[in-house]
Amino acid sequence: MLLKDKKADLVIGYERGSSKRRARPVVIRADKDVDRLIFDDTCGPSLVPFARKALRATPLGTRVAVVAKGCDGRALVQQIAEGQFKRDQVVMIGVGCNGVTDHRRGASGEKREASCERCRYPNPPVYDVFVGEPVAAGTGDEFAGVAEFEKLASADRWAWFEHELGKCIRCYACRNACPMCYCEECVVDQTNPLWLGKSAERPDTTLFHLVRALHTAGRCVDCGACERACPLGVRLALLNKRLEREVRERFGYTAGLSMEATPALATYSEEDKQEFML
Amino acid sequence: MSDWEPKIVAFLCNWCSYAGADLAGVSRIQYPPNVRVVRVPCSGRVNPLFVLKSLENGFDGVLVSGCHPGDCHYISGNYIARRKFATLKTALEFIGVEPGRVQFSWVSAGEGEKFAQVVARVTEDVRKLGPAKRLVKTIGGGQ
Repeated sequence: MLLKDKKADLVIGYERGSSKRRARPVVIRADKDVDRLIFDDTCGPSLVPFARKALRATPLGTRVAVVAKGCDGRALVQQIAEGQFKRDQVVMIGVGCNGVTDHRRGASGEKREASCERCRYPNPPVYDVFVGEPVAAGTGDEFAGVAEFEKLASADRWAWFEHELGKCIRCYACRNACPMCYCEECVVDQTNPLWLGKSAERPDTTLFHLVRALHTAGRCVDCGACERACPLGVRLALLNKRLEREVRERFGYTAGLSMEATPALATYSEEDKQEFML
Repeated sequence: MSDWEPKIVAFLCNWCSYAGADLAGVSRIQYPPNVRVVRVPCSGRVNPLFVLKSLENGFDGVLVSGCHPGDCHYISGNYIARRKFATLKTALEFIGVEPGRVQFSWVSAGEGEKFAQVVARVTEDVRKLGPAKRLVKTIGGGQ
């Protein structure tokens, strides 16, 4: 309908993948192909990086329609807030999301992703058309996992991160899947100066993930794309979630809810707390 | 390592803290010699990566110091820096880096005495923590 009415030039959505437990991104250009589109709990990968690439690869004025579940909608809103593209360049096809499952972890609906379990935004905050019914948001403390982890002693937290980040092989799948990691040249690819060592040894991997967490602080929408993309199952989102809480408590900012608000780390308030300063 | 001395890098802003360190010097105020000063244009210039890189390369502690809020030569550099420091400190402490390793302060050009106190405080904190082991990269891989 969007294509027929020329409201959008192409639609980015999901189609059935190589098995019935998988979905893959698809670009639809003609009205007759619309039937290929699906949406269910297998539709994990964020379409936001694809939408971004489509906007860059097409002539100015092309309108890209994107199927957006809650987290993807927030990622789009956040990118608009960061001036990456204009609101009228994208048509957001909102869908309510009950959480996605990882094809590696068994049958449909059996086990939702950790980020979906704590999700409080199953519906996109902004959309042009909404397909299906909105989903009721979960309740309870979304930061419960973070609070639980913080009860551990500093040395135990270090040991946990040492173990987790020691698995990293520096494939950058997390970065490539992340809707907020869109720098044309990533700091880890820069060689002059060589900010981050290229090895997959622990200090280098730890630094890489710390830098990624800091770069996405106050921007991360906790879509869980990084964890889903990781071939080694590194629990990447915990640190991001901690920083999300810090930014919300300290600066009163939640990523991806407003296209007008200045992102927290790009602005300041004279009244910011500074109890940590000497 | 009985003869171990903490090695601390201090990123000082050109307009306030660096001048404060200078004042401490010309006023002959004694402070621990463990600190190595890097002059930066503004505390807002300090990329959190500077701090991480310092720790990785073997500094036992990092101090970042700038102008007091409202006194920034570039109007808002230190306010922006304050937000970055808050997130950096949170991240480091969350993953289990000891809280005293990385510290932040405001020292004005007139506070030579305060600069000496801050350096003494940071040096003492780091001395208590002992040599940095977490995040440090050693030759031969691993930690």
